[in-house]
Amino acid sequence: MDVAIIGLGIHPFGRTDDMTGLDQGAFAARKALEDAGASWDDMDFAYGGSAAAGNADALVNKLGLTGLQFINVANGCATGGSALQSAYMAIKSGMFDMGMAVGFDKHPRGAFTVDPEKSGLGKWYGDVGMALTPQFFGMKIQRYMHEFGISEDTLIKVAEKNFRNGTLNPNAWRQKAISYDEIKASPMVCDPLRKYMFCSPAEGGCAMILCRADKAKQFTSKPIYLKAVSVKTRNFGSFEVFTQAQALDRADSPTVKASKAAFELAGIGPEDIDVAQLQDTESGAEIMHMSENGFCADGDQEKWFAEGHTEINGKLPVNTDGGCLANGEPIGASGLRQVHEVALQLRGDAGKRQVPNQPKTGYTHVYGAPGLSGVTILSV
Amino acid sequence: MATSVANQVPIAEGLFTWPSNDPRLLGSKCKNCGVVLFPAQSSCPACCTEDSDVIELERRGKIWTFTIQNFLPNRPPYEGPETPETFKPYGVGYVELADQTRVEARIQTDDVSKLHIGQDVELVVEKYIERDGKDIISFFFKPVDEV
Repeated sequence: MDVAIIGLGIHPFGRTDDMTGLDQGAFAARKALEDAGASWDDMDFAYGGSAAAGNADALVNKLGLTGLQFINVANGCATGGSALQSAYMAIKSGMFDMGMAVGFDKHPRGAFTVDPEKSGLGKWYGDVGMALTPQFFGMKIQRYMHEFGISEDTLIKVAEKNFRNGTLNPNAWRQKAISYDEIKASPMVCDPLRKYMFCSPAEGGCAMILCRADKAKQFTSKPIYLKAVSVKTRNFGSFEVFTQAQALDRADSPTVKASKAAFELAGIGPEDIDVAQLQDTESGAEIMHMSENGFCADGDQEKWFAEGHTEINGKLPVNTDGGCLANGEPIGASGLRQVHEVALQLRGDAGKRQVPNQPKTGYTHVYGAPGLSGVTILSV
Repeated sequence: MATSVANQVPIAEGLFTWPSNDPRLLGSKCKNCGVVLFPAQSSCPACCTEDSDVIELERRGKIWTFTIQNFLPNRPPYEGPETPETFKPYGVGYVELADQTRVEARIQTDDVSKLHIGQDVELVVEKYIERDGKDIISFFFKPVDEV
């Protein structure tokens, strides 16, 4: 039995001072129900997650105490992707007909603060100034640039593209373009990454309604089918955040594993994808994730950006809604935002940022600490 | 050194030999698969067994990758001695120790702009901060021409 997405809802990302994270999640949930033409009472189950804005199952106080199965999901940056994967399996197993995946968050301003001991690291690791995620991002792309000849020019072009796409997205946090020169002149954060190459923690909510494929047409004329969902964690030897020593022999990243598993499940390959969302915590991540997800060879990103292949009208549009760079990262909602965008694109409902020529197959990828990835493949 | 060894406390137990005239980082080597880890731990994440020896790691290595921390980290968890006025960007990198592992460490240098992949660096164990009247000792790598 295939699984269909029949309703999409989002609360704009960014800063909404007069709403809690939970309120933003409830807003998104109601939008998704309205979009599907379904009621909260129709939901057999929900999977939800939030990293910093309370328990997701508190949503029932706002949406209604209907007695449904509600399970909280906590899986770092892949929380949204994991909620979706759980919903997919709940329907795929035949146990339930219809339910919701939902995520929301509200992070304080500034960089994420990390407690090393919660990640199984010694307190000393934070004392000495190494428990900072931007350092990992800087070190991973620094090595990648050295090995595969990626230039600073390409790092700048990623940010320029995503902020430009954000101007076309009314739900994005950053809706102002940032020029190549402004990005290049912005302060260095963790070499080689500059201020305007990073996303920031933010707020927002996102929800979707899923059901058995054979019931989808009762609700919508444009169901989007989830052809594959895959979540993988790291193997020994992959280069991950907060690793006090790395193995000399490199292993494939969890992204490579999740991507391969998803393509195998869907029975298609990277060449079949018309539009993609790839985790762009910062510019370097988008570049590396293009190859880790199988879309190009290591080093080819330089040419891809020079020729505009990942622009909205290119051969593989990437992060058409502005990605994490323009939307910020409310952890619980971020992975679902990616799926929301690709589903909108496949429906042909993406407005000013619509990918031309009716895209039929889309792809989403989320990556997060401490080294896990979630991939989905969607089709009309 | 200005203060006696009695007044010096390692930042964490088991990271390096201390006190010592020739301090070394302490790793572990899995008896089953030979994988080297830092800090030392009894279980092996590569082969899922639980039998290892503590070993001393190489003193010299090469920078495999690095970054420069350009802003003062949040406190907590950071405990460095700087104020916003005195903060200077510092290096962090993975140092490849031949046939062992790549250790993540602060890289101490007078000129962060000269840090590069492949650079030869050497372990130093020295005072990091003062806490409760004691000198807290930590480990760093330094370019060999600055040691």
